[in-house]
Amino acid sequence: MSDPILTLDGVFTNIAQYHILQGVDLQVPRRQVTMLLGRNGVGKTTTLRSVIGHWRARQGTIRFDGQDITRMPTPAIARAGIGFVPEDMGIFADLTVEENMVLAAASGPIDPGRLEWIFGAFPPLKTFWTSEAGNLSGGQKQMLSIARAMIEERKLYLIDEPTKGLAPAIISTMARALRELKAQGASILLVEQNFAVAKALGDTANVMDDGRVIWSGPMAQLARDAGLQEQLMGLSLEAH
Amino acid sequence: MTAAPEHAPKMAQASFAERIGPWMPVLLVPVLCVLGFMAIPNTSSWLTLTVSGLAMGMMIFIMASGLTLVFGLMDVINFGHGAFVSVGAFVGISVLLVMGHMTEAPSLMLNLLALLVAVVGAMIATGAMGYAFEKVIVMPVYGHHLKQILVTMGGLIVVEQLIIVLWGPEEIYINRPEALKGAITFAGAALEKYRLVAVAVGLIVFGAMRYVLRRTKIGLIVRAGVQNGEMVEALGYRLRLVFVGVFIAGSALAGLGGVMWGLYQEVITAHMGNQAMILIFIVVIIGGLGSVEGCFIGALLVGLMQNYVAFLEPKAALISNIGLMVAILMWRPMGMIPVVKAK
Repeated sequence: MSDPILTLDGVFTNIAQYHILQGVDLQVPRRQVTMLLGRNGVGKTTTLRSVIGHWRARQGTIRFDGQDITRMPTPAIARAGIGFVPEDMGIFADLTVEENMVLAAASGPIDPGRLEWIFGAFPPLKTFWTSEAGNLSGGQKQMLSIARAMIEERKLYLIDEPTKGLAPAIISTMARALRELKAQGASILLVEQNFAVAKALGDTANVMDDGRVIWSGPMAQLARDAGLQEQLMGLSLEAH
Repeated sequence: MTAAPEHAPKMAQASFAERIGPWMPVLLVPVLCVLGFMAIPNTSSWLTLTVSGLAMGMMIFIMASGLTLVFGLMDVINFGHGAFVSVGAFVGISVLLVMGHMTEAPSLMLNLLALLVAVVGAMIATGAMGYAFEKVIVMPVYGHHLKQILVTMGGLIVVEQLIIVLWGPEEIYINRPEALKGAITFAGAALEKYRLVAVAVGLIVFGAMRYVLRRTKIGLIVRAGVQNGEMVEALGYRLRLVFVGVFIAGSALAGLGGVMWGLYQEVITAHMGNQAMILIFIVVIIGGLGSVEGCFIGALLVGLMQNYVAFLEPKAALISNIGLMVAILMWRPMGMIPVVKAK
């Protein structure tokens, strides 16, 4: 793979006494959607949180765009060009939608053109622009969470289960937005349990088990090989 | 790109109770004033007590506002906050004593100028002290409440002893600036000039804090940081710097409150901040952790309650504010306008 935007090399991360990541090796190619798959509890979320610096890697190296970010503080990692959408969405419930977006535009005022693009993708955000984010529905909160990451151009987006618990219509909206983001040249590392979404969006796939990446390859190869899915994840993803 | 579905919620008229709910804490202040008006037989006495209560409330608010932000944003239980009140009072009063020619002149402008210089001096001193306090005492105990209580309490004792070393162990009696002595008569009631100044200063501080928190990006970062600091950092903001800034601002406000409180009581002691901490904590708790608005309303309620009860039933004055706190926490266990959930 030529010059990946993100490389994890033998990353170990502990949470208290639990050894969650046990030598993760992972590469995220530029301008691609890289899927991070695996059963619950295998370390997918911990991998994203280790990259953004919320949990510190005890051992190993994390390189982003040629720079070692393993020991960098979270704000510096974010400013280097990484957008993060956590599993719990991380919206500021007591702030309005507008305030959430203004805050997300960390480098200056919101670019009106980019905001219009986001409104095109997620019209409810325009409708509820002045409403408190805590009053939005689950789907609208997820839209806000992704819109917040999209409000400024980033080199890499770390997105953790954006379709979890959402209605099919909203899942389609999310998928379209992420595809649009990719078309703009962004790289995305996406944790996703919905295999239909993974298949539709993913260029490459990484399957985790027991705190390690146990398989990497083209998403299309994984999608068409039910036996491989069974072997890697212990279930047929086609059933989803 | 295809538009997402609107998912517009069904709109329904909220009930009266639902509409008035968020305003209930705000309504408590006029309700308490009306209750005081009904209980106090003399209108002029009621007016005097009300202004006195509001002035006292404003000064408690100034002292407590920094603590509620530190509590809410940084999750730090800072029992040492009272040290900033005491140091602010001593520095400010010392500056006023140096400018005796200005405070003794019968000129409102000169008096206010001297007061301004004293307040700025006190705020700079306590702000700098807050910076050192955060670096040396608080930083090592982030996330450990019991250690915070112990170490900040220790810091308070050390600072009190340093005040005694520098200014001596005796109480210092002070004269207010000449133009702020005495009272004006309004509707038959004597309203102390200094209390009116305290009300004005409190309103300015409250307005400024609301403006910063509601209308500026730094305020946005603080409000968001109170809710989810980890996410604020993931957006690229160095919350640690904001923490330090809030701690310094909170300490400086305590210093301002100390000067105002000292002039209000006309005597300062090394322990005055420690003594004020009981009222300050009551206000922070009933207001709701991290809430400047809740702190403001809570301070006014405490000031009014103290003055009304001291007039009507002096023996009950000591427990009136504890009673107020119990009543409010039974009504709203998280405080009136909680910004952060208690941890």
